[in-house]
Amino acid sequence: MTMKTEALTGGFAEPVHQAQGVFKLMMDGMARPGTIQTVGGGGTVPPAPLGIAAGAIALTLCDHDTPVWLSAQLASPLIADWLAFHTGATVTQEKAEARFAFIEAGKALSSFGLFSIGTQEYPDRSATIVIEIANFENGQLLSLSGPGILGTREIRPEGLPDAFLRLWADNRVLFPRGIDVVLAAADRFVCLPRTSKITVREI
Amino acid sequence: MSSHADLATYNFAYLDEQTKRMIRRAILKAIAIPGYQVPFASREMPMPYGWGTGGVQVTASIIGADDVLKVIDQGADDTTNAVSIRAFFQKVADIAVTTKTDEATIIQTRHRIPETRLKSNQVLVYQVPIPEPLRFLEPRETETRKMHALEEYGLMHVKLYEDIARNGHIATTYSYPVKVQGRYVMSPSPTPKFDNPKMHMSDALQLFGAGREKRIYAVPPHTEVVSLDFEDHPFEVQKFDRPCALCGAEHVYLDEVILDDKGGRMFVCSDTDHCEDRRADGHVGELLAKPQEAAE
Repeated sequence: MTMKTEALTGGFAEPVHQAQGVFKLMMDGMARPGTIQTVGGGGTVPPAPLGIAAGAIALTLCDHDTPVWLSAQLASPLIADWLAFHTGATVTQEKAEARFAFIEAGKALSSFGLFSIGTQEYPDRSATIVIEIANFENGQLLSLSGPGILGTREIRPEGLPDAFLRLWADNRVLFPRGIDVVLAAADRFVCLPRTSKITVREI
Repeated sequence: MSSHADLATYNFAYLDEQTKRMIRRAILKAIAIPGYQVPFASREMPMPYGWGTGGVQVTASIIGADDVLKVIDQGADDTTNAVSIRAFFQKVADIAVTTKTDEATIIQTRHRIPETRLKSNQVLVYQVPIPEPLRFLEPRETETRKMHALEEYGLMHVKLYEDIARNGHIATTYSYPVKVQGRYVMSPSPTPKFDNPKMHMSDALQLFGAGREKRIYAVPPHTEVVSLDFEDHPFEVQKFDRPCALCGAEHVYLDEVILDDKGGRMFVCSDTDHCEDRRADGHVGELLAKPQEAAE
């Protein structure tokens, strides 16, 4: 199978500084869960349907040390080639092996269970899961609390997987083990470290 | 020209990109698990262990071209460690540096937290010699890791209790253990316990790097950091019975400076930037006031 030329384009034009910029957004996002971070264009064009923010996060954090798991629609040869060419990361079929997972918008999610949650001794050996959603404006009003949040912070993600809130509650119980989530929509993303508590706000 | 030629031999901020990615992933997991020590593949740095190689690697991984860096060593901007690390980043990252706490976006520190309250756009990077708070109680890493896993911190309370039994009070004055968000017991690095309250609910992100011990840990902003104590022996910070001799500041951490061989001494702010700011604002301490009086 030959590599399509699309796989060779759409990476960071200036890898050193752009990776630092996206990492800074990730660090701020993890430190302040619920804040919306904007990657901007910067020429990053991952192959569809991988979003700009999700693609930029992959370029910033993935390499040959981090097997990547892709959901059904993302698991195209083109995206696998794009990741391989720009980051050196390999795509794995085994959720348990994956350090990063990318999940397409609208994907039904039954469980985080097969992704690595780390061990009680090494809770850092857990997966970071990037979930594509529709937007951060029109969804259900959710209230976040926990480390990094003074009082509460509100988000309105539209297009969360149906079972997400229940799965997230189950994930929090595992602390310090657990997965960390990034919600991504187009060129924006919101981080949800395992410490964040989500409650549904009744209006 | 020659400086550009020198720069070209290094990647931006010295570390190669793969190393930065590895450290960045460790930092993100550290933030997600406040107070937990994330192992990382610490690199050889062009300075010896004990000179802040952990802090330098963290700073090198987070710093960008627009950042303004401040480096302090025991509160001072003008001591060897601070000067050399600042010069290092000027050379390998060509970034702006400052001594003003207010102007900095990244503050790398050895053993102090600035007196000025940190803001949300700032990151405090600690240089940590021994990240494991339980290490002197239990030398085996396998055991301390299990103790953290099981949240078994009785030994630490026994140590503090023995302080009380021997001295009548908790005699630990620096590297005073804290509990982060009610879960992990963490070493604040050898800062004086005077600084512990500043870690609690800080507006700034705090990152800790231990190069020799190969650990990174973090305290996100607005996170509970509670110094361990007992109901009948509550945590207390050091108190000083006199103000700073140069700027007259009270309720700050003071260093004792020997002035002569006849027992002369003074107590001055350990935070040099804070002291300079106050003097610029017209505050005068005991020692600066005297010569003026004599002249008048």
